Amino acid sequence: MKNTVILGAMTVAGLVAGTAHADTLGDVTDRGSLNCGVTTGLVGFAAPDANGVWTGFDVGVCRAVAAAVLGDSNAVNFVPTTGQTRFTALASGEIDMLARNTTWTFSRDTDLAFEFVGVNYYDGQGFMIPSELGVSSAKELDGATVCIQTGTTTELNLADFFRTNNISYEPVPIETNAEAQQQYLAGACDVYTTDASGLAATRATFENPGDHVLLPEIISKEPLGPLVRHGDNEWGDIVRWTLNALISAEELGVTSANVGELAGAAGDNPEINRLLGTEGELGSYIGLDADWAARAIGVGGNYGELFEDNIGENTPIGLARGLNAQWTDGGLLYSPPFR
Amino acid sequence: MSSMTEPPKQSFRLSQLIYDTRYRSMTIQVIAAILIALGFAWLLNNTIQNLEALGKDFRFGFLNNQAGYDINQRLIDYNSQSTHLRAAIVGMLNTLLVAVLGCITATILGVFAGVLRLSKNWVVSNLMAIYVEGFRNVPLLLWIILIFAVMTESMPQPRDFRGDEPVASMALGDSVAVTNRGIYIPRLGFENSLGASGAEHQAAVDAAVADGTEVPPPPSSWADWLVLAGVLGASIFAARVVTKRADVTQQATGIRPTTWYIRLGLIVIPTAIALFALGATIVQPYLKGFNFTEGVHLRNSLIALWFALSLYTGAFIAEIVRAGIMAVSKGQSEAAFALGMRPNWTMNLIILPQAMRVIIPPLISQYLNLTKNSSLAIAVGYMDVRATLGGITINQTGRELEGMLLMALFYLVLSLLISGAMNVYNASTKLEER
Repeated sequence: MKNTVILGAMTVAGLVAGTAHADTLGDVTDRGSLNCGVTTGLVGFAAPDANGVWTGFDVGVCRAVAAAVLGDSNAVNFVPTTGQTRFTALASGEIDMLARNTTWTFSRDTDLAFEFVGVNYYDGQGFMIPSELGVSSAKELDGATVCIQTGTTTELNLADFFRTNNISYEPVPIETNAEAQQQYLAGACDVYTTDASGLAATRATFENPGDHVLLPEIISKEPLGPLVRHGDNEWGDIVRWTLNALISAEELGVTSANVGELAGAAGDNPEINRLLGTEGELGSYIGLDADWAARAIGVGGNYGELFEDNIGENTPIGLARGLNAQWTDGGLLYSPPFR
Repeated sequence: MSSMTEPPKQSFRLSQLIYDTRYRSMTIQVIAAILIALGFAWLLNNTIQNLEALGKDFRFGFLNNQAGYDINQRLIDYNSQSTHLRAAIVGMLNTLLVAVLGCITATILGVFAGVLRLSKNWVVSNLMAIYVEGFRNVPLLLWIILIFAVMTESMPQPRDFRGDEPVASMALGDSVAVTNRGIYIPRLGFENSLGASGAEHQAAVDAAVADGTEVPPPPSSWADWLVLAGVLGASIFAARVVTKRADVTQQATGIRPTTWYIRLGLIVIPTAIALFALGATIVQPYLKGFNFTEGVHLRNSLIALWFALSLYTGAFIAEIVRAGIMAVSKGQSEAAFALGMRPNWTMNLIILPQAMRVIIPPLISQYLNLTKNSSLAIAVGYMDVRATLGGITINQTGRELEGMLLMALFYLVLSLLISGAMNVYNASTKLEER
């Protein structure tokens, strides 16, 4: 009798364990908050401000998803993750989604069993070096000591770059961007390498940003985007289309200023109407209500606004849109239609 | 007539399993065993279910895949084309290196501090008390980070050594460079190096002479060091034989023959011949490009980890040594003094040998602690097994379970080996009781 009870309990526990991650949307709504994995601090992308409130470009995506799903952009638990802990955190269900300038690669998408929902920043790996060293090309870095965040694609690209150019280097593995900054400024490494956007963001926080140069070589493609676990397609759809909504909103001219007005009543543009839920019932297809997208856009504005407010040319980080402009402006951003 | 009544023959009833003391303990044990087995079964089942839910399988094939990342401190050949298995071995060797270095220095520090803490000199004993209490009462991680930060922030950069009037200069007759990237010390190079490296070096020297370029510094290979170690080992063995024979002579005749010059010659001469035959030269580090090159590079991460582990564990060992010495009866030292022995003889010949029996068992667990604490290498980016197999490899392949199990297995085997070796030593020093 006793054994039967235990066996029964075991089976139930096993089943519960087996299905624990299958309904992320349900989990998030039951919890009333979204667990979003971000960096441990990269100004412009995700970092707590002076009041301890997380802000940044990646944080904007988390908040947009929280607004779309829960109707509250502040219902987000930001979980700081390092290059090494991020995938375990996502795979184990500690976080519901990861928005941590993570590169979309074949093996991560397939072997690590994640679902990249899109690209929110097209990046590439670069090198930063003090200008007094007089180095003008990454190919002159023979014998240099290079600070590198472990557990990243940059680590692999770096090994490939130095090997193919037949030059040597000394890697100094570090855990977080803050640690890298400290080591680099102390001169414990000659070069710091990571995604060019990250280098720009890091340099912006230096006392004398002008004393450091980014080398011209961009040695890799780094499409950065938010990701979720494999196997929960409904949740993946929600995050994917929230990101697409932000991108489409910029293309269609929907901004945080006019989204309230446009969502109030159906207008002339049918795509805007479908996006904002004044026409059709797209929201119900992903298990949300009609104005999910309007809420997501209302938080920090559309993709372009998020970009300009956090990392754009008017911020200390000063990144140009470049590849991250809309396809209509010669960039790579191209959201599938809302139909 | 016998009135004895036979005790009633009771048949076995189920309730006896609980109410009869003869069976109760067995019942409890059986139930406990079943519960434990079920617990393990549940854990296993949970793991399998969750792996299935994540769509992952359980294989070790990833160890044969190309690692793709570089490791700065390598005791064996390794490059980014090598396999994950080799990366794991490089990490294991790095763990072993810092563990062995740490155990040696911690023991030396601990024995000195423990003995000195018992000194009658007030200043010395209190200084040691400050060391012991200071180090063992502050978390190890803080010491590691502190030493690392001091090395990184306050030492000169390699480029400060450059120029006509450099900001920094090399120590000890231009042989040691202390930089914020670590300490560069001279190494031994062998002109007639054995194995492949010797032939390569010869070819490189010929080419350099032909071109008129700078002659490359001589290499050193494992084979050279093995030969040297073999020669030194044989010499020491021969010297011990001489000592044994002197003992025998002393036993027989009462006169001890003078042997120190024979023993010295036996150790020094063959080693010197071997060094000469291999063409040993001292290769000094020098500044080239961004960094110092040649010599041995003791990285900041190694220094911070090694010193912090040694100082921290040394404080514990000091207390163990002090306890061991105090456990030796005071009569022993009084008897030694009565025989006219000097204090340092008394300590070395009378007290410490007896104290060892008390010291060694707790010392084993300190060695195990030090070895496992070396995984705090994560704080300073020392590439130990946790950083390679348990860090980058897991991260690149997504094989958390397999990687963690392998790493646990490594630490388990290493700890068992250390305690096994120390137990053998303990058996050889413990009091023989009859």
